[in-house]
Amino acid sequence: MGEGLMSLLAHTNPGFIVILAGMLAYVVRPSLPRAIITIGGPLLGLAALVLHGAISEPLATLRMLDLTLVLYQVERASIVFGLAFLIAATVNSIYALHQKDPLQDSMALIYAGAAIAATFAGDLMTVFIFWELTAISSVFLILKSGTPEAYKASMRYLGIQIFSGVLLLMGSAFIMGEFGTLEFDAFLSDGEGLSLSDDPGAIFLLVALGIKAAFPLMHNWLQDSYPKATPTGAVVLSAFTTKLAVYALLRFFPGEDALIWIGAIMTVFPVFFAVIENDLRKVLAYSLNNQVGFMVCAIGIGTPLALNGAAAHAFCHIIYKGLLFMSMGAVMYRTGTTKATELGGLYRTMPFTAIFCIIGAASISAFPLFSGFVAKSLTMSAVGHEHMTVIWMMLLFASAGVLEHSGIKIPFFAFFAHDSGKRPKEAPFNMLLAMGIAAFFCVWLGFPFLGGTEFLYGLLPYQEEASAYLDQSLWTTDHVLTQMQLLVFAALAFIVLNRVKLYPPEKRGVVLDFDWVYRRPLYYGLVWVGDVWAKVGPAMTGAAQRLSRKVYDRIEATFSPQGELSRGPLSAGMAIWTSIVLAVVMVLALIAGPN
Amino acid sequence: MPFDLVSLLPDGFVRHLPVLLVIVPLLLAPVCAAIPSWRATWAIALGGIVFSLICALGLLQQVMETGRISYALGGWAPPLGIEFAVDMLNAPILLLVSAIGVLATIFALPTIVKDVNKEKRALFFAAYLMCFAGLLGVAVTADAFNLFVFLEVSSISTYVLVAIGGSRDRRAFVAGFNYLIMGSIGATFYVIGIGFLYAATGTLNMADIAARIPEVADSKTIHAGFAFIVVGLGLKAAMFPLHQWLPNAYAYAPNFVTVFLSATATKVAFYALIRLLFSVFSPELSFQEIIFTWVLAPLAAIAAIACSFQAIFQTDIKRMLAYSSVAQVGYMLLGLSLASADGVSASLFHLINHAMMKGALFMAVSGVVLSLGSSQLRDFAGIARKAPWTATALGIAALSLVGVPLTAGFLSKVALFKAALVQDWWWVVVVLGISSVLAVLYVGRLLETVFFKTPGPAQLQVKEAPLMVLIPLWVLALACIYYGLDASFITTLTDGAASVAFSGGQP
Repeated sequence: MGEGLMSLLAHTNPGFIVILAGMLAYVVRPSLPRAIITIGGPLLGLAALVLHGAISEPLATLRMLDLTLVLYQVERASIVFGLAFLIAATVNSIYALHQKDPLQDSMALIYAGAAIAATFAGDLMTVFIFWELTAISSVFLILKSGTPEAYKASMRYLGIQIFSGVLLLMGSAFIMGEFGTLEFDAFLSDGEGLSLSDDPGAIFLLVALGIKAAFPLMHNWLQDSYPKATPTGAVVLSAFTTKLAVYALLRFFPGEDALIWIGAIMTVFPVFFAVIENDLRKVLAYSLNNQVGFMVCAIGIGTPLALNGAAAHAFCHIIYKGLLFMSMGAVMYRTGTTKATELGGLYRTMPFTAIFCIIGAASISAFPLFSGFVAKSLTMSAVGHEHMTVIWMMLLFASAGVLEHSGIKIPFFAFFAHDSGKRPKEAPFNMLLAMGIAAFFCVWLGFPFLGGTEFLYGLLPYQEEASAYLDQSLWTTDHVLTQMQLLVFAALAFIVLNRVKLYPPEKRGVVLDFDWVYRRPLYYGLVWVGDVWAKVGPAMTGAAQRLSRKVYDRIEATFSPQGELSRGPLSAGMAIWTSIVLAVVMVLALIAGPN
Repeated sequence: MPFDLVSLLPDGFVRHLPVLLVIVPLLLAPVCAAIPSWRATWAIALGGIVFSLICALGLLQQVMETGRISYALGGWAPPLGIEFAVDMLNAPILLLVSAIGVLATIFALPTIVKDVNKEKRALFFAAYLMCFAGLLGVAVTADAFNLFVFLEVSSISTYVLVAIGGSRDRRAFVAGFNYLIMGSIGATFYVIGIGFLYAATGTLNMADIAARIPEVADSKTIHAGFAFIVVGLGLKAAMFPLHQWLPNAYAYAPNFVTVFLSATATKVAFYALIRLLFSVFSPELSFQEIIFTWVLAPLAAIAAIACSFQAIFQTDIKRMLAYSSVAQVGYMLLGLSLASADGVSASLFHLINHAMMKGALFMAVSGVVLSLGSSQLRDFAGIARKAPWTATALGIAALSLVGVPLTAGFLSKVALFKAALVQDWWWVVVVLGISSVLAVLYVGRLLETVFFKTPGPAQLQVKEAPLMVLIPLWVLALACIYYGLDASFITTLTDGAASVAFSGGQP
């Protein structure tokens, strides 16, 4: 009996268990059994993952038409992502315990389960199926906010996610044509991904993954939708969609040169937006972008060290980004807003939330002793090893930016800064518990001598490189010192900028006491850029809106029931069409005939 | 076949299956017209159609076991006499039409009460049986002129069926009249085309024409005949831009007629197009290749996109579904114009799936209209709360229409993708992709209204559809899911059909 169960678990994709729990959660209405299902489901999934069968072999397959669906296949890389997803799903369930909303609970779990199932899939068709399921289930987390803006955002979100799925399907069709199968084993020979120049379908796959990973210029859906999600919904969303895309990139395109630049740009550009943004959840959405950029860049480099970095970074990122979203969710839940201008001074009544938020902020800024440091160092070292100076500088700038907007801005404006006069209650216990667990992971993974770092590095796809790095490079003095210098100077910059009122939400008097000759041109330069942006920006978006409205009007005028295609007496119009088509066919047939 | 039907039937009966299939419903039609009780005529119609379904199953089994069956009508040997022939290409169509016929007839009992005046109901069923027999006749005959006769039998009764909706909605008269004009143009074109072929080859038997065409392939007569036949049958199959009769006919006809026609009439016309283009003419003919590449494929692509746009802007659900049908005909024509066995197989696969999902969609919508009295989209707000079973089946069929994985619509779309890519027609994939996104929009609008909008007072009066609607509805909805998981039965049929089409109709 026990053995049978073990063997069943060993051959069951943990995602299926979580999806099943999600379905049950919708049916079971009493709170206690539902809590057991929502938390127990992901935990059972964890058990299944721990017990998993042989690596790199199909553990469960299904024949459909002439396709073999590999429903469960464990790879070293998928363990890292799957484990992080399962932890996130468990923590999210705890975080959402206070809300009595079966639909959200169930959709959050189905969404998580679909992402996990896709991570452990062994062929493209299975990935596609769960890819679409993540899109369809996650949209409810935005929709349930109930505001008209959330509704519109959720529809845009759904559209773009489904579009990504369609592209994935098109790419799959090409792969099918080229290799005659969709199983990864057949077209991803060891460590070699697809090649943009040799495989015709690769470009479709790359764009499909790019949309989900929010590549620059394809990123807008993320900032559009995540901040409008429900407080718990944003936490759930932050964990899965983009990281699933990162995982897929890691499998399909390791070492694809284009990704290096895409990733580097991705780390840099959100910094500017995040710094001027007032809505703190939107700041987090931008910083999510920036963090995924690090992973994409690492995947582009493609050396074992870099791929280890991408995987480790994703693992830690899922946890600390979740923690930050949870803390902002708690603020949202208690005060109803996350606008920096309306917050401040909350540490007085929400001390635990403030502490957890600071731990998350320290992790994302890669302070030594926190989880971000042990993960990001791998990527930075990998870039250094390849002697890519420009890329390295970009990532360095982005790291400073992260500290600026996520590390300091988030906790500072929410919990400290000027006193907003708000005195909300501390977050509910279940929220604190969930944040506590996530905070524990942030510390455990990053703090030496606790075994967490060893655990994380032990999971990574390339074992030898990981342990060598841990022994020789991670905790060296100059490494830690470089990082500290970076952080200290970035912190200094924040203080300076804050004092010279370049930090938008806090506008105090200018104090001309420091190096003003040097600062004035810079200051006015920045003010000028800001002015131009304030004028040109809306005009540009306005023009885009007018243009799209025109296109829409044009389409409506043509196709609507009163539109041009439907005018005129029916019979006459159609008789004419019939003769036109007849004429065309006949002329063509006569021309082509004698040959 | 999973079961042995033929051995259960008497021998003499089995020999005459091809003709019994058509003649029994045809002869029952005047019987229906003479009986005063409309419930009795319903029972007779159902009996006749179930009989045809048994014949169709028997024929399918025979064809799968022994290949093409030829039946000389009245003992006159072809090519002089009229020949009925059943092979892998038309046996699935016969099965589809008669199976949908049975489901639609069950559906007719509760809906007809609302839609048709009492004194006309018996006549209505007579016209329905005529239409049904005509469609089967089109599918089963191997004689090009006889096909025209059956086409007219089915079409003329269809005009009547559409116009009967006038007692509920007077716009049905105009729709029926328009359909009459257009349909007659189409039929006339077809018969002119057959006239040209007869002039060039001296025969009307399809296999015979096919055998003689290569000798005269360069004659202008053949080219003109080809053009007339393509346009005539294209009109009947609702090929863009010859589809304009369809939306109004579907929207204003009685509910039952819409269900039946959407799942059978254009499908049979499409079959006739395949039969003529592949078994009489051949894709190797140079002019046919040109027409495929430069006329059919572009028109199909325009249909798939333009009509999807039109569907998005409709306010009436039935019209929306009707435009979506034209777009889907575009998909099938795209598959056809690939002129490959894969393409034809994918086309037929999609045809069968589309019959199932559109049948289910129209049934579900009609089931709601019964108690709601309107088919406007905004009146459907939140009806899922009051009619969950109807709405769920509607949802399943709608998802299949979009092509969501695990539904039948997904597999046939993938089959179309594959067939296009084999030939490097990547633009077909792009067109289908865009059209699918548009389908997400109009189907999403429908599902959002039905499931998520707040119902008003009128919507709270909505009742679940009657059991006689729910049964056929759920049969089709479950079929959409079943064949989304395992479509091997359908693909066996369509692959067989495609190979027959490419062997020139010969066994």
